[in-house]
Amino acid sequence: MLKDITIGQYFPGDTFIHRLDPRIKILIIIMFIASLFFIVSFYPYILILGFILLTIRLSKVPIRYVLKGLKPLMFIISITFLINIFFTKGEVLFLLGPLTITKEGLSQGIFMALRLIFLITGTSLLTLTTSPISLTDGIEKLLSPLKRIGIPAHELAMMMTIALRFIPTLLEETDKIMKAQMARGADFESGNIINRAKNLVPLLVPLFINAFRRADELAIAMEARCYRGGEHRTRLNELKLKKQDILTVSIMAIFFGFIISTKYIEYI
Amino acid sequence: MIIKIENLNYIYNPNTPFEKKALDNVNLNIDKGDFIGLIGHTGSGKSTLVQHLNGLIKPTTGKIIVDGMDITSEDANLKEVRQKVGLVFQYPEHQLFEETIYKDIAFGPKNLELKEGEVRERVKKAMELVGLNFDDLKDRSPFELSGGQKRRVAIAGVLAMKPKVLVLDEPTAGLDPRGRDEILGRIQKLYEEEGITIILVSHSMEDIARLVNRIVVMHKGKIAGEGPTKEIFKQAEELEKIGLGIPQITSFMRKYKLEGNKVRDDILTVKEAKEELINYLRSRGNA
Repeated sequence: MLKDITIGQYFPGDTFIHRLDPRIKILIIIMFIASLFFIVSFYPYILILGFILLTIRLSKVPIRYVLKGLKPLMFIISITFLINIFFTKGEVLFLLGPLTITKEGLSQGIFMALRLIFLITGTSLLTLTTSPISLTDGIEKLLSPLKRIGIPAHELAMMMTIALRFIPTLLEETDKIMKAQMARGADFESGNIINRAKNLVPLLVPLFINAFRRADELAIAMEARCYRGGEHRTRLNELKLKKQDILTVSIMAIFFGFIISTKYIEYI
Repeated sequence: MIIKIENLNYIYNPNTPFEKKALDNVNLNIDKGDFIGLIGHTGSGKSTLVQHLNGLIKPTTGKIIVDGMDITSEDANLKEVRQKVGLVFQYPEHQLFEETIYKDIAFGPKNLELKEGEVRERVKKAMELVGLNFDDLKDRSPFELSGGQKRRVAIAGVLAMKPKVLVLDEPTAGLDPRGRDEILGRIQKLYEEEGITIILVSHSMEDIARLVNRIVVMHKGKIAGEGPTKEIFKQAEELEKIGLGIPQITSFMRKYKLEGNKVRDDILTVKEAKEELINYLRSRGNA
């Protein structure tokens, strides 16, 4: 049950995609997301699909892994699909009781579902190929120009690092407490929704207590090592842009620029 | 025979890059009334093995029979299994959650759907068994107690299920010497007076030597050795090879013997050693 959660799951590897500078990968993903929202017809999706498949191929992440990220969001995708199908006006294809399905609705539904699927697979490729630490390093570097207008880039990145760092720990802890309570006859899997919520108390109370204890210990450990924010900190591994990083981001900028331009070309 | 394990295999995260064989063809029989010490290096599969014993983990392949019941079959009644085999995890005080000690210990018996009177009896008995005063403590919050006391509350929570087999995963980790002695003393008493079959997982060879009568050695998911305590601790070299050791006093007596003194080398406790040394020195003095 807990094994299905793939948020921020990193698939270790040593491929071109894995070695790319995290800042470059974040920039590419931002361009990717932006361009998705500029797409108005199906044709550019072929390019997007090609981009995703190529990235999967290059990163050697099993396709099964990428698709697993879709599972928890299947519900939202289906809802989007159905709403678009039933509530778009246009040429009627057929009737389904009180509901009408239109040609426009069908195409709009598929279009929106595809957009969500691409959005999720694209972004999960980022977290699958970038370790959480280099990801937050990248975010910090990208945000650092904003420090001048008072955005605490370092602190934000540190919070993210810590949060990501503790996801597996908390999952493990949840698993352990669940088992300990199951050993005392607790039942987390059956009953109606109210009973189920009530049955979670023996899990949530210890989990929160332990999380607070951990947070406290971590804060003390950090202070004991004189941590006091980002001022004058140096790094063990400086991020350095390489030739291939610049080249990749340039090519991708042209690629996504072209995709965005398709929106306007159509109307010319 | 109360527990019988046949050809047990378990693989973590199958078909991923994180795949790991945690248990490799484990066969083990545990008799009623045994006091087993389960030892092994970190990651040797001890915890995985004990979690199989009450059905918290389903084996990848293999069979486990507890008290005549096949717990690996599809229709096994897991509640009944968990009542029969009580499992105390590492740092069990981290699982406490109720407002009062009474309620926390009563959690298990209540899940068994016992009547209120029976629940009360069991809580009282369990608190007695771990040496906590029922009348003084029952209405206090478990979070006010000391570390050793919290742990005893947690152990009482499992004992209140009246298990036939009690599995303890490192019950003394992180306790001070006094807390450790208290817990171990209680476990010994449980074994002697209640006749519960006990499986003790521990890294302390001294604790193992003092308490158990049979040892199971795990290494890389396999059972590397099994036998009476004295037999296992005779194989000091083999144990050291897999990152384990023997009790200090046993090690001392072995060295002393190697230096040409005619003493036994299967000594397990300081008390035994003292007697042996006095006898030996006396006999030498008389000669």
